[in-house]
Amino acid sequence: MPFIANTKKQQQEMLDELGMTMDDLFADIPVELRCKSFNLPAGKSEQVVREQLAELADKNATGLTCFMGGGFYDHFIPAAVKAIVGRSEFYTAYTPYQPELSQGTLQAIYEYQSSICRLTEMEAANASLYDGGTAMYEAMLMALRITRRNKVIIDDSVNPIYRVIIESYTRNLKIELVQTHCENGQVNREEILAALDDETAGVILQNPNFFGCIDDFSDIAEAAHDKGALLMVSCYPISLGILKSPGEMGADIVTGEGQSLGMDLSFGGPYLGFMATREKYVRKMPGRIAGKTEDRQGRRGYVLTLQAREQHIRRDKAMSNICSNEALCALTAQVYLSLLGKRGLREVAQLCADKTSYAYQRLTAIPSVEMHFKAKYFFNEFVVDLPCDAADVVGRLIEKGFAAGFPLRRYYKGMENSMLIAVTEKRTKQEIGMLAEALEAVL
Amino acid sequence: MKTVFEKSVADRRGVRPCRSDVESSIHLRRNYLRENIAELPELSELDVVRHYTELSRRNFGVDTNFYPLGSCTMKYNPKMTEVIASNEGFANLHPLLPQLRMGGMLTQGALGVLYETDLLLREITGMAGFTMQPMAGSHGELTGIVIMAAYHREKGNRKRKVLIPDSAHGTNPASAAIAGYEVVSVPSNAEGVMDMAALKAAATEDVAGLMLTCPNTLGLYNPHIKEICDIIHGIDGLVYYDGANLNAILGKCRPGDIGFDIVHLNLHKTFATPHGGGGPGSGPVGVVGKLVDYLPVALVVKRDDGTYALEYDRPKSIGYIAPFYGNFGIVLRAYAYILMLGREGLIRVAENAVLNANYVLKKLEGYYDVPYPGVCKHECVLSATRQLKNGISALDVAKGLIDMGYHPPTIYFPLIVKEALMIEPTETESKETLDGFIEAMREIDRLSREDPEKLKSAPQSAPVSRLDETAAARNLNISCC
Repeated sequence: MPFIANTKKQQQEMLDELGMTMDDLFADIPVELRCKSFNLPAGKSEQVVREQLAELADKNATGLTCFMGGGFYDHFIPAAVKAIVGRSEFYTAYTPYQPELSQGTLQAIYEYQSSICRLTEMEAANASLYDGGTAMYEAMLMALRITRRNKVIIDDSVNPIYRVIIESYTRNLKIELVQTHCENGQVNREEILAALDDETAGVILQNPNFFGCIDDFSDIAEAAHDKGALLMVSCYPISLGILKSPGEMGADIVTGEGQSLGMDLSFGGPYLGFMATREKYVRKMPGRIAGKTEDRQGRRGYVLTLQAREQHIRRDKAMSNICSNEALCALTAQVYLSLLGKRGLREVAQLCADKTSYAYQRLTAIPSVEMHFKAKYFFNEFVVDLPCDAADVVGRLIEKGFAAGFPLRRYYKGMENSMLIAVTEKRTKQEIGMLAEALEAVL
Repeated sequence: MKTVFEKSVADRRGVRPCRSDVESSIHLRRNYLRENIAELPELSELDVVRHYTELSRRNFGVDTNFYPLGSCTMKYNPKMTEVIASNEGFANLHPLLPQLRMGGMLTQGALGVLYETDLLLREITGMAGFTMQPMAGSHGELTGIVIMAAYHREKGNRKRKVLIPDSAHGTNPASAAIAGYEVVSVPSNAEGVMDMAALKAAATEDVAGLMLTCPNTLGLYNPHIKEICDIIHGIDGLVYYDGANLNAILGKCRPGDIGFDIVHLNLHKTFATPHGGGGPGSGPVGVVGKLVDYLPVALVVKRDDGTYALEYDRPKSIGYIAPFYGNFGIVLRAYAYILMLGREGLIRVAENAVLNANYVLKKLEGYYDVPYPGVCKHECVLSATRQLKNGISALDVAKGLIDMGYHPPTIYFPLIVKEALMIEPTETESKETLDGFIEAMREIDRLSREDPEKLKSAPQSAPVSRLDETAAARNLNISCC
C-alpha cells in the first residue's frame, strides 16, 4: 500500500509481539457501530492521479490576462521564494512546541513579525491568522476585549466579502454593527463622527479601500481615541511600499491579506492573514507570537511566547480558538520581502501605481467610459462606469482573453454599470493597451 | 545566528522588479504617502537563499526525523501532491472568477475537485454534506458551533451551554466560547473515557450540544459512544465530532453511522497535507441531512448536464465563514492523496497507525507508567511519573530524545495525565524506526536512574540548549524594529 512502510511480514511480527490479531486491535469498536458503508474507489498510481488532476487543471481558465483584484492580486513571484519555502525542513514541520529543534521556523516567524511591524509601522505582530477576512474579525473581537464595549462601526468601503464574514460569526453574539457609507470613494467623516460614541469599541476601515481609493485616517484615529474607541485598519501590504502606513495614521490594530507577498492566487487559499497592534495591547492579541530569548549558554534563541493567551493553556478563556494558522505563508511573505528588500518593495508599489495610472488614462479616454468617483486618489485599482451592464461587458471580454475586472453589482446596489479594475506590475503597457482596445470594441 | 535584518548591507540589491514601460505619472497628495520607507533588508538573492537555507537546517521535519507528536498525525507528506498543487491551472486561478457571469465555466476543474472531495469525505464519514471553507481544525469547530447555534435559533430553542470532556483539545472550549456559549467540562472516569453519570447530570435542557473527540486524546475509543449521542439527542442537542483522530478509524467506523450530527476533519492530519511549521491546514465540516441547509455559502453542486456550479442562494445558510472556498490548495492535495490510496489504502492507514501505536505502547510499558492500560488506537499516552522520582520530568525526557535524533512526543497533554507523553507514530513509519525510538526511550529511562544530569542538560546536539521561556515573556522582544 502506498506510504505504508511495514511489510505484511513485519506487521505479523508486530502483531505476534502483541499477541493479537488486527481485528483484536479494533475490538473496542462495538460491532453495531462498524462502517455501514465505505464504498470508495480503488487506489490509483501516482502517474494516473497526476494525469487525472492535470486534466482537471486544464479545465480552468488561467490563460486570461488578469485585471481582476478585489483584494487578491496577480503579482510576480520570484523563483527563489518557492525554492526556499519548498524546503521540507520547513514544510514538514509543525508548530514549534519544542523550540530547540524549531529554531528555523521560530526565527523566521520573528523576522516575519518584524517585517510586518516595519511595513505597518506598528509595534507588535503575531505569527499569522488564516486570511485578511478572519483577521479583521479577530481584530474586532480584540477591540471588544480591550474596550469592554460592544458597538463596532464598519464602513461600506471595506471589502464586502470581509463584512459578510463578520456578520456570519457574530449572529450569536451581542454586538451592534453600524455600517457607514463612503462618499466619493472616501470615508464620510460626518457620518463616522456622528456614529462614534462612548459605547463604540472601534471603527473598521480599509486602505486602499475596496474601490482602490486611498485616504488618510489620521483624523478618524484621533476622533476614535477621544471617545476611547480603537481604529482598526485593513491594508494591502504591497501598497505600503509607498503609501502612508496605518501606524503613522494612529491605528490601533492593523490587519490585512498577505497573499500579494509571494503567494499564488490558488483559487482562494492558502493565503495569509496578518495582524499588528500597539505594544500595550499585545496581551489581548490572538494567535501565536515568537519571542527572542537566550539559552543556558547565553546564545540567542527564539520561543513561542505569551502562550497564556492561547487555547491550549486558557481553553474557554483564550483570546482566540486559533491553533494551526498559516505559518508557511508567513514564511513565504518574509522570504518575498527579504528578496525584494527595501528598494524592491517600493519599486513594485510604484510600478503598480504607475501602470494603474496609465490604465486609467487609456480606459477613460474611451468616450463612454467614466471614472466612477470624482476624487482620483487610487493606488492599483479603480472603478469605471460603463454605458451598460458591467457584468455583460466583463463576460464579452472573457471571450477576448481578458479577466477585465470585477463587476460591482454583486455587492453594491446602484453600481450595476461599474467595474473594478486592478493593475499589478505584471501587466505590460501592451496588455493595458489591448484591454483598452477590446473594451472600446465591445461597448 | 544573526537575523536577516542584521545581515543587511546598504544599497545591496536582491530581486529586481521589471523595468517600467509606462511614464511615472502618479500624483498623490503627500499626506497619502509614507514618510519613512519601510526598513526591509538589503541583500543579494544568494544572501537571502543562504540565510533561509541555514534556518531550515535548524528545524526538524517529518522528512528529516521521526516526529511522533501526539494528536498532530505527523505522517509522511507525499511529494506528488506538491507537484499537483503547483500546476498553473490551479495555482494561477483567481478566486473571483466564478463570481463573474457564467464564471463557473471558467473554473470547472477546481469546482470539480471541491465537489468530488465533498463526495469522498461524505463516504468516509457517513455525513450528508461538507463545506471545504474552514481553513484549519479550530476554524472548522467554530463553523460547526455556529451551525449548531443556527439550528437552535430556527427551532426557537433556548440553549446556552456546550458540554466538553476534560480530556478535549483546548480548541474545543475556545471555539464554543467564542461563538457565545458557556462551556461545561465533563470529567473522565477511571478508564479514561467520559464519566456517564457526570454526563447525565450535565445534560440539562439548556445544553446546545456536546463536542467529542473519538478516539479521545488518550487514544481510547469510548464504548458508550452510542449512548452518549442518545442522551444529547434526548434534550434536542447536537453531537459534534472532532475529527482530529480520524486516522485511527478510517474504514472501521464512521461518525455518521454512530449518531454524530456535525464533524470536522483535519485534512493536514488524516489526509497527509504538510503541516507547514504551523499551517496552512484545512478543516472541512460535514453535517447530517437536517443540517445541510445551514452549511456556509457557497456550496458546489453538480448540474444535470454534468457541469459544476457554486450555489449562493441558500436562505438558511450561516453565511460566509471564509472569503472563498477555503484553503483550496490544501483540499487539492488531500483529494490527490485519497485518490491514490483508495478504499483499501485508507483502511490500511488506520490498521497500521493503530498497530504502530500499540507496538510502541507494548514495548515501553515496562519502562514508563501507563495511566490507562489496554488497547489504544492511533496514539498512546505514557507518563513519566516513575522517572520523576529521580527528578526526570516529561520535559527532560523530551529534551533527551532530541539528542537522540527524535522529535519528542506531545508532553503535558492531555491535561488529565500527570507528566504525559503522548506518542503518535502514524502508519508511515517502519518497524525499524519504531524500534530505534523504543531503544531511545528505554535508554532515557536508564539515564533517569543512572545519569539524570545528562538528561537535565539535554539537548546538547541542537543549535541551542534549553531556552529561557520566562525571560522571553518577561522581557518581551517580539520584533526588531
